[in-house]
Amino acid sequence: MLNSTVLKLATAALLAWPAAGVLPAAKLRVVATTPDLAALAREVGGTAVDVTALAKPTEDPHYVDAKPSHIVTLNRADVLIEGGAELELGWLPPLLESSRNSKIATGAAGRIVASSGVRMREIPTTFDRSKGDVHALGNPHFLLDPVNAKIIAATMADHFAKVDPKSAELFKANLQAFNTRLEAKLAEWQKQLEPYRGARIVTYHKDFGYLAERFGLNVVETLEPKPGIAPSPAHMTQVIGTMKAQGARVILIQPYQKRKTAESVARQTGAVVLELSQQPGARANTSTYFDLMDHIVGSLATAFHEAQ
Amino acid sequence: MAFPYWTASVIAVVLLGSVPLGAQQAGDSTARRQQQTLDSLAAAVRDLQARLDSAGRSPAAPAAGQAGPRTGAYMNVGFVAITNGGWSSEPDVGSLQRGDHDPQVRGFTIPNTEITLDGAVDPYFRGFATILFKLNPEGETDVELEEAYALTTSLPANLQLKVGQFFAEFGRQNPQHPHSWAFVDQPLALNRMFGPEGFRSQGVRLSWLAPTSWYTEAMVGVLNSYGGTTFSFRSPESSEIHGGEVAERGANGLGDLVIVPRLATSFELTGTQTLLMGASAAFGPNNSGDDARTEIYGADVYWKWKSATAAQGFPFVSLQSEALFRRYGTGARASVDDPQVTLPGETLNDHGAYSELLWGIRPRFVAGLRGDFASGDDAAFAVETRADRYRVSPNLTWYPTEFSKIRLQYNHDHRSGIGRDHSLWFQFEFLLGAHASHKF
Repeated sequence: MLNSTVLKLATAALLAWPAAGVLPAAKLRVVATTPDLAALAREVGGTAVDVTALAKPTEDPHYVDAKPSHIVTLNRADVLIEGGAELELGWLPPLLESSRNSKIATGAAGRIVASSGVRMREIPTTFDRSKGDVHALGNPHFLLDPVNAKIIAATMADHFAKVDPKSAELFKANLQAFNTRLEAKLAEWQKQLEPYRGARIVTYHKDFGYLAERFGLNVVETLEPKPGIAPSPAHMTQVIGTMKAQGARVILIQPYQKRKTAESVARQTGAVVLELSQQPGARANTSTYFDLMDHIVGSLATAFHEAQ
Repeated sequence: MAFPYWTASVIAVVLLGSVPLGAQQAGDSTARRQQQTLDSLAAAVRDLQARLDSAGRSPAAPAAGQAGPRTGAYMNVGFVAITNGGWSSEPDVGSLQRGDHDPQVRGFTIPNTEITLDGAVDPYFRGFATILFKLNPEGETDVELEEAYALTTSLPANLQLKVGQFFAEFGRQNPQHPHSWAFVDQPLALNRMFGPEGFRSQGVRLSWLAPTSWYTEAMVGVLNSYGGTTFSFRSPESSEIHGGEVAERGANGLGDLVIVPRLATSFELTGTQTLLMGASAAFGPNNSGDDARTEIYGADVYWKWKSATAAQGFPFVSLQSEALFRRYGTGARASVDDPQVTLPGETLNDHGAYSELLWGIRPRFVAGLRGDFASGDDAAFAVETRADRYRVSPNLTWYPTEFSKIRLQYNHDHRSGIGRDHSLWFQFEFLLGAHASHKF
């Protein structure tokens, strides 16, 4: 008697509990692997979405821990936005295996692979890890090119509307507003960097290539001899030689890269080390994509001006 | 890329065209008009380029998905090889390093190479397989089907089923493959409870992710109790535990399968600290007698701090500890040492624990320290595999990249009744193919 009551209660609890989590939420739960994708999702989704980023803005997006809390976040997601091109290969697959959420399965409307619509740089012709950790689908650091941001925002609006058709008009309007603002801003950013077109720079990793291409900057060397391979003294000598020969005066690094290495090279070449995060929120007042790009373009212009 | 050159050449042409014009007509208004023309032309070029980009096409580089190379064609294939080398003060190294993937000889050995396969079976299942080749202490190659299982992708109510042969999800390290271990050898406590190869068997595992705001997962495995990898159950090698002849007994009912429940939960203590805790148990028959049963209980904890500005995942500090307790009920059985002697039915209690502290000092360098012990209570017989033992192991690991590692480890061992031993082990590992992704 008691047993059957307990059994009934337990069954009811088991059935009701997960159901509570499945009920349609007022807002679309959007999970982005990185804060830059999250920032774009907020632009497009506006008031109709709740956006969470898995990676911290200050950490290297290649090396995020597959923490159990991320499993929970992914389990409740309506939409997952990943950078793709193997950026998250070291940590996203085990999270997805445990998340048991078919809404964000490969190919579902709730799964957005940002790289899929983007013209990728540096797609290798052979797969050979003696050349470093080269991503087979191309360089995944594409969001600093505002044109790519535009492409990805459109993909997001498209997927959001499929998952939440009642807000389709809102997504469309948000996208329109984003594009209009982006076009105006892009012209402004290009004007700001126009005087430094062709300027030679050095980066730590191959992570500013898309930005350089859009704004006509020339990345002459990376401090890493090969992608993902730590800087070596021999390579530093070569970098210093190239910088002196070509007049490269600005070294770009991200907060999680070795500043000491960059500074030692800078001392020997008279260059300026500029620490720029590609992730919104790593620095105060850079929480939106526009704030971030304003900050990056502004800092670059200042650095080039100082280096002249 | 094409864009700057193209833009530059268009602007150059426009400029060239405008120079003689500027020479002929002086005046501010003309210059302003020319500037406007220039600006609008530049804008038009930008717009064209943007449209070109939006279309995802470029003469210079094919877009991914068109002509670009693809990865993961139906299956990821990986290969891991571990080479060990070193020396121990114990000439019979196998009696000291009891794990199957431990260095078991003086000099060099390859105790573990794995071919790993995984991929989507169809929309409903993912498949995983690990096929292992290794050199045994005699230098011959052994092959093991380590794991081969499918995992469901879309069961309702947050459920997930695993079917096949797999490592029992008991505690933290048992389900991990040797290349994920932070030390060259298996912890003593796990060796004592689960045997040289760890606890794996054929069966199913059902898991439920609780709809709590923090991670809580409950699971239960139902596994065969027979075979060389079910050490504390009906393993043919279980004389090492009970000192008696093995009783032949089949699986007559559900009670003859091993049931492995586990509850795991995790909290973000701060933005940079994560705690994962679990409690596990395993209940099943053993072959010391007809109705003999084994119970194993375990608790595990893993704590990790990682810097908010971690470079390649460094610096970090982590602590992993597991404690295990086994109650092994035996039947009356003939002693293996002297078949004339009948050992009495009794309960054998064993326990053990280990704790490992890792410090990721700077990118790709990890210093580790492990403390280890295992102990068994007195019984009507004595076997070395139940004697008290402790071990302290400092080590240092360097990862040239994520795909290779070089490790040096010292073991200070103390075995009750035997004494102290010192061992120094070197380990080299390389990985080919599919990128290593690790669970937390």
